[in-house]
Amino acid sequence: MKLMVNGKLFETKEKTLVIDFLLKEKNVESPEMVSVELNGRIIKRDDFAQIELQENDQVEFLYFMGGGQNSYE
Amino acid sequence: MDYTDSQLERYSRHILLKDVGIEGQIKISNAKVLVIGAGGLGSPALLYLAAAGVGTIGIADGDVVDLSNLQRQVIHFTEDVDKPKVLSAKEKINNLNPDVNVITYQKMLTADNILGIIKEYDFILDGTDNFPAKFLVNDACIFAKKPFSHGGILRFYGQTITIDPWKSACYRCLFIEPPPLDAVPSCSQAGVIGVMAGVLGTIQANEAIKFILEKGDLLTNRLLTFDALASKFREVSLERNPECPICGENRVINELMDYEQAACKIG
Repeated sequence: MKLMVNGKLFETKEKTLVIDFLLKEKNVESPEMVSVELNGRIIKRDDFAQIELQENDQVEFLYFMGGGQNSYE
Repeated sequence: MDYTDSQLERYSRHILLKDVGIEGQIKISNAKVLVIGAGGLGSPALLYLAAAGVGTIGIADGDVVDLSNLQRQVIHFTEDVDKPKVLSAKEKINNLNPDVNVITYQKMLTADNILGIIKEYDFILDGTDNFPAKFLVNDACIFAKKPFSHGGILRFYGQTITIDPWKSACYRCLFIEPPPLDAVPSCSQAGVIGVMAGVLGTIQANEAIKFILEKGDLLTNRLLTFDALASKFREVSLERNPECPICGENRVINELMDYEQAACKIG
């Protein structure tokens, strides 16, 4: 299956893939710090384990970013 | 509004621009912009807004200048260490451009005071450094229908989006709620390359000026990201989220709240 993840081609042998699994495949360290947009729609965190990605889906990982110093204050 | 000869000279490179002209410069002179956070993002934004001649600039920040700020918070100098950031910033702005009326708010903005402050301004620039503040700024601007620019920086990355409340995607449309306190990376993983504050803060100032001028296309429904290691900008298209808890179809947030902050300082 081929996906576009953050604008880059991502290929996997998996026939089905849920968002949680993709986050692991992409080595996202802190999934809680990521919001996921699938084909232009923000996906609820509760659905990360359920929604199966389809061929040619466009996935964007959006990261929480603070302001530098005390980013995580 | 009549400009003096020295003002005409000061703003001549703006006035020469077809999309600014004398009319545009007058709009800038009459504009009121509030910068929340006189830190990494706020420093360059404040300097450029002041240089541009924004007539009234509000600065809200409750912190004092720390030595570790100077690596990126370019409005503050070594001699300013321990000085309130709003005063340090005001002094630089007064020296840079005496046309600017600077109003300082030497305090943390909270659910109790933010609405009273932002109502005085045309455009808000979020230069805060933590998630509770970013959500507070978003929610207050949505309730008060104030357009604002969000900016965030981390390590070698930065991102910014402009929000036109109720018309374009808001911060909560993207990030429903603050990350759980125990999910944030350890403090040793934080840190940021100094120039990132300059790149992003300057883009935010540009958004404020475009809004004032009513020219060009704002960064609405588009999250602009910059990767300083790759030297690449990317744009992620977004739209309003019907399930957004504050501007979606079934609003669940009806009042401002102060989220708890994780107790970790890298300062």
